[in-house]
Amino acid sequence: MAELFFFIAALGAVAGAVGVVTLRNPFFSVLALVFHLLSLAALFLLLRAEFVAAAQVIVYAGAVMVLYVFVVAYIGGSEAAQIRPPVGRAQQGLAVAFALALFVELIVASLGSGLKALDTEGAGYQPGFGTPERIGELLLTRFLLPFEVASFLLLIAAVGAVTLARRRGGITGEEGEEVMLALPASRPRPLGTGTMAEGGGILRPAADVHPDTDADREPVAGAPEGGW
Amino acid sequence: MSINWYLAVSALVFSIGAAGVLTRRNPLVVLLCLELMLNAANIALIAFSRMHGNHDGQIFAIIVMVVAACEVCIGLGVVVALHRRRLPIDVDELRELHG
Repeated sequence: MAELFFFIAALGAVAGAVGVVTLRNPFFSVLALVFHLLSLAALFLLLRAEFVAAAQVIVYAGAVMVLYVFVVAYIGGSEAAQIRPPVGRAQQGLAVAFALALFVELIVASLGSGLKALDTEGAGYQPGFGTPERIGELLLTRFLLPFEVASFLLLIAAVGAVTLARRRGGITGEEGEEVMLALPASRPRPLGTGTMAEGGGILRPAADVHPDTDADREPVAGAPEGGW
Repeated sequence: MSINWYLAVSALVFSIGAAGVLTRRNPLVVLLCLELMLNAANIALIAFSRMHGNHDGQIFAIIVMVVAACEVCIGLGVVVALHRRRLPIDVDELRELHG
């Protein structure tokens, strides 16, 4: 029975991976990756990694892929890919040859390693292997430092993503002119109070608005006299 | 199933991901292929964890998932910033580092 489940899940994983690479529309690529991740979670369950399988489905196939779908919807699908033809035959052939060589090399490495345990089903099953209790205990005792470093890394990534995706130069039209200027009438609240619109450069202090404003200029943090 | 089968699936998925990184031009799809490669490493880690009967490989796989989430976060931020600046979303045309 385990063999049947393994082959179904492995076929699903490989088919999902092929779909990610070959599908033209990035949106379908994301859906293929979700399928691949779900098949992978089934493989993890067969390897008795219950907690990792659950985290895979919830965090990866759920949260991370939703982020992808949002960005694909924001960028606007495959229009850029349709304007230019796909990569040339030579590059495609080279890439496939490289991937095949890599695959053969990895298989040779695992088969030729001479590890006897690779041919077995693994160590005997102990009760509680892979459950959240055991993983949590290990994360808070033996692997406490990697756990804390990972949380710090997530914090840095969150701050970095906000900094990268922030709108810097205000809203500009097709020819680059400023569409929205900070008129006094369009100001519902005093400037300099740290609103998101200010941080994004949409609203500017009145002292900053003149025709030749540099588009990249950030609103100043300190309060000049008479501005607000 | 012996551990070798899981390693074979891992090698296959990793090779497919590498081929995708080399052939696709949309940075979003390149990021997806990187995810494929990281997940292939995860299968191998968890298979070795099963082989040895301890949890170290599973902890490693969880940390890899954290790193993958960070990478997606930053990568998608870069793609959104490219789109905002009306640069082409195409890794062949983005050869220089200046904005």
